[in-house]
Amino acid sequence: MSIITNINKAFDHRIRLGIMSILMVNEYADFKMLKELLGATDGNLASHAKALEKEEYIKVEKQFIARKPNTRYSITKLGKLAFQKHINALEKLIGK
Amino acid sequence: MESKKYLDDISHIKDMMSRSSRFISLSGLSGILAGIYALIGAWFAEKAMKSIAINGSRSYDYFSDANSIEFGNDIIFEFFLIAILVILAAMSTGVILSVRKAKRKNVKLWDTSSKYLVVNFFIPLLTGGLFCLVLLQYNLAGLVAPATLIFYGLACVNASKYTFGDVRYLGLANIIIGLVATQFIGYGLYFWALGFGVFHILYGSLMYSKYDRK
Repeated sequence: MSIITNINKAFDHRIRLGIMSILMVNEYADFKMLKELLGATDGNLASHAKALEKEEYIKVEKQFIARKPNTRYSITKLGKLAFQKHINALEKLIGK
Repeated sequence: MESKKYLDDISHIKDMMSRSSRFISLSGLSGILAGIYALIGAWFAEKAMKSIAINGSRSYDYFSDANSIEFGNDIIFEFFLIAILVILAAMSTGVILSVRKAKRKNVKLWDTSSKYLVVNFFIPLLTGGLFCLVLLQYNLAGLVAPATLIFYGLACVNASKYTFGDVRYLGLANIIIGLVATQFIGYGLYFWALGFGVFHILYGSLMYSKYDRK
């Protein structure tokens, strides 16, 4: 039963899973890159990113590049740990 | 039922990780060397042309406009040979240096991102190569140089999504001078030297100082 508790509810959605996966292997990703890779709408992606930000799993930086607003996402230490735990739990569940 | 969902999740995670990661083992040094090979090739090609102009039975003015250019089969063959040698040298250098860099960084060279890179690079490039053969078939040799630059540029722009974004600018620069070259037919060799030679050396040194020398 203890394995089940390691399944993190915060990651229980395709788009959140996608955001975390991308940020695990990239130093950072901007909004457009995430949108293209995940095939999500603006609003959808923004709300899922917000949820992950609230958990402090990802960090959001807003800046201006050539006077255009740019939102950049990166993973936090906490996020990395939590996601790793989530993956391990998934793998164990499949292993059975 | 449940474990099917988890399995899907895992494969989704794997897919996102590999699709979002870029191929980073491309060495700046290979860009510089490719540029140097191209310049050497261009030098040989020019010598070949000049020797024909001097020794050929008819006087030969390769700077004249497209209609009067009639490349003989020998010189086309010679150009072809030089081009193939340059491409082979540049590619093998690129591969060898990438293998070395990948080993040093302890990453796998042949993974999803490098596969994407190679496939997407070669789609415009092979199209361009075949198109140039068609140009030769219809005796439009003057357009071969601009066409190779344009298609190579498109290949770089296309590949830039899967490796360092800077490749995009190399591609755009080559597309632009390829288009400019269409207006100066007969000077193809000089545009080649600029696009494949000078631009590669510039780009390679930029990449080398930006990513490799750390």
